[in-house]
Amino acid sequence: MSQPPVRPVVSAPVLTIEDFSVDYLVEPVVHAVKNVSLTLRRGEVLGLAGESGCGKSTLAYGIVRLLKPPAVISSGHAVFHSREGVDIDWNLLDAAELRAVRWDKVSMVFQGAMNSLNPVISVRDQLEDIFLTHRPQMDRRARRERCGELLERVGVDRARLNAYPHELSGGMRQRVMIAMAMALEPQVMIMDEPTTALDVVVQREILREITRLRDELGFAVIFITHDLPLLLEISDRIAVMRTGEVVELGDAVELYTNPKHPYTKQLLASFPSLTGERGSFVRGGMDERLLELDAIRVADPTPGSGS
Amino acid sequence: MALTTQAAEPAAPAGNQVKRARRRRLGLPPMTAKLAAGLAIGGVILIFGLVGPFFVQDPSRVDDIGLTGPSGAHLLGTTQTGQDVLAQLAYATRGSLTIGAIVGALTLLLSAFFGVVGAYAGGWVDEAFSLFTNIMLVIPGLPLVIVISSYVPDKSLWLVALVLSITGWAGSARVLRGYTLSLRNRDYVLAARVAGEKRWRTLAVEILPNLVPLLASQVVFAVIFAILGEAGLSYLGLGATGSFTWGTMLYYAQNGLALRLGAWWWFVPPGLLLALFGAALSLVNFSIDEIINPKLRNQTRAARRGWRMSRQQLDKAREATL
Amino acid sequence: MTTLEVRGLGKNYRLHGLRGGTLRAVDDVSFTLEPGRTVALVGQSGSGKSTIAKLLLQLERPTSGEILLDGKPIERRGAGLARYRRTVQMVFQDPFASLNPFHSIEHHLERPVRLHHKEMRNAEVHARVLQLLERVRLTPAENVAARRPHELSGGQRQRVAIARALAPEPGILIADEPVSMLDVSIRLGVLNLLATLQREEDLGVLYITHDLATARHFADDILVMYQGRIVERGPADEVILNPQHEYTKTLAAAAPNPERRISELRG
Repeated sequence: MSQPPVRPVVSAPVLTIEDFSVDYLVEPVVHAVKNVSLTLRRGEVLGLAGESGCGKSTLAYGIVRLLKPPAVISSGHAVFHSREGVDIDWNLLDAAELRAVRWDKVSMVFQGAMNSLNPVISVRDQLEDIFLTHRPQMDRRARRERCGELLERVGVDRARLNAYPHELSGGMRQRVMIAMAMALEPQVMIMDEPTTALDVVVQREILREITRLRDELGFAVIFITHDLPLLLEISDRIAVMRTGEVVELGDAVELYTNPKHPYTKQLLASFPSLTGERGSFVRGGMDERLLELDAIRVADPTPGSGS
Repeated sequence: MALTTQAAEPAAPAGNQVKRARRRRLGLPPMTAKLAAGLAIGGVILIFGLVGPFFVQDPSRVDDIGLTGPSGAHLLGTTQTGQDVLAQLAYATRGSLTIGAIVGALTLLLSAFFGVVGAYAGGWVDEAFSLFTNIMLVIPGLPLVIVISSYVPDKSLWLVALVLSITGWAGSARVLRGYTLSLRNRDYVLAARVAGEKRWRTLAVEILPNLVPLLASQVVFAVIFAILGEAGLSYLGLGATGSFTWGTMLYYAQNGLALRLGAWWWFVPPGLLLALFGAALSLVNFSIDEIINPKLRNQTRAARRGWRMSRQQLDKAREATL
Repeated sequence: MTTLEVRGLGKNYRLHGLRGGTLRAVDDVSFTLEPGRTVALVGQSGSGKSTIAKLLLQLERPTSGEILLDGKPIERRGAGLARYRRTVQMVFQDPFASLNPFHSIEHHLERPVRLHHKEMRNAEVHARVLQLLERVRLTPAENVAARRPHELSGGQRQRVAIARALAPEPGILIADEPVSMLDVSIRLGVLNLLATLQREEDLGVLYITHDLATARHFADDILVMYQGRIVERGPADEVILNPQHEYTKTLAAAAPNPERRISELRG
């Protein structure tokens, strides 16, 4: 797979996240995201890596204010810098403004996207719905044309517009989700585990599409996953999260070859290399340290939760 | 293969949560205002029905004082034939509860057999049981009861209970069948098979305990259905007119023109107890539903009150998520 | 010390609906599981690998072919089936679904022990349960035995599942995607544990997975499955580093490969 030369990532920021914190106001309070600061540059792919419960999805949902109570954004800002030079602080928007800005400027591809499509509505209707809501002035023909165009852009045959979600394969449904997220040509796309449930071959194709579309349209991507090797294939920079904090942030190749934080090293070590050295850590002797990460805790009355 | 993300469980809980955890471990529903109210009201009526008849006068004793309002001698007045209403109420409560209990038990047996056993056995047994259940479901209950009434003019409580059971178990069986089918393919059931467990033991030990909340809910529902159904039947004169139940009291009250004569002491008490008991059982059922469907647990007002969010924060969050 | 051999195994499913027809979930599959050796069955979803697990565990009956235990055709009922169940065990994929939320850990481990050692008394059974928990490094064992599944993490539950599989002292272990639903940093620990237990018990292990990387490190031999057939087989390193079949080449090229990527970016 030939790669274009690595693009220098010194462009202007498109999303600035400053001191962002999200708390779940239950008894006792749970600090899901703790003082996270990140900058997303225009056109870059930022990988957000971490295990389940580290807060990466909460952060993503929090940025676009999709969190349901009892979650609350307890501090910080998520400021979007549009191409026209306008700065929008998401936390200060009211309902109407949110509806206008969401999907138009920042869109999302959700986790379990395969189940996010409405099973009783055709693909065309779901795509058109976006235009009906956000571009009411478009006439019917222009809308139809645009929907067909969108599908072809993500590599799905235009004829599939009439299909229902259950008639499409997993990979195709994912592409439709990406098409929906791209419909209004947003400047930022947040993708939460978009390829987790897909086959490795289909996954590779989807990643290729995302990279290609990014090159064509110039949007920035926040790619959330637990699969660190995957992020290396697609990201410019990678941020590693653990228990609500960003423990390391840096250029993808740097992070891979020269990790600084012990957790990053631990996470990297969890992915045995496919073609590299055949280490003895799996079939060698019993390594008790490996299981210490998942030891039984006796002190807590309700211990052992995987978060 | 999506990674299952566990919900954020708060760490080191305080006293309240430990108690709640213990209740949950026993499989009991969490004690809420709803459940407490349901159990209290239902409990009081139950005690009245069990113990009341020992303390009241003879409900069938006729007197020539005729229709009189509440007084010292008759706390809830008398009927048209001078019978003591309070005494009748006590016996009627017992009668209605008896019907509820009988129908509850019979429905449980029938629906569990045709629903659970059928679904677990699979194959032609499942097909046959399912067909039978569907036929029973389709047979109209009221006409069946009317037909039986015309053959047996003097019905006992037991016969009415039997008829209500026969017409009522099929709906429950369908629900149980659906749930058992989903449980049958769970990994832990397959694991039991792989370990070499006998099939009947797997049913008893692995599947049945997980069915208990659903079974409980179905039984409570059947009891409500029985009591209200019997009341309706009796009101139409198709019930056990020889015995005392809330329904028959209302029937006689209607026949004795109690409404027109303004003799509220005759029809209000049975009607009130009927409504209260039905409501109490429904409240208990809602609480059981919270075990079956954990999503409901977090959406109730009681759960929401546990959040430490200010009015302002709640509004802001709600506004953002529509 | 058991050998499980599969010859020409096939399983067809009849498709319902208007179009009908047959789905060949498994088509002419043959391989052998020997004590002390791990065979990885690699394939994507729909390749038939889970069906093979079900056939080997007698949860389904094959349409064609045979399964031989120590050279003899397996028995499907009565005492023969009970013996088979003692010898061939499985670790399921989903740690959240393979344990009954209603019962304690003790119950889960007790049942297989009692089933296969009817003569043991209560105290002996309990001691055996604690011993099993210690083998999978779930200590303090008394504490863990009293818990219910929801009080344990995914990785801990999976270790209980492994302990349960070891309870009847089997000769063959089938691990169906044992770590794919666990947190990333726990996976290697659980695989390492499985490898250790395999060595200690001299088990023949079938490791079913879609992940080429762990297959390579965990298994001695790899079988690549595609649409119900085995398209390539051989020693682990051979198959990964020197794939012959088109599909294997596609798989190896599609899997995320940091080393390859880094050399591409730099070179």
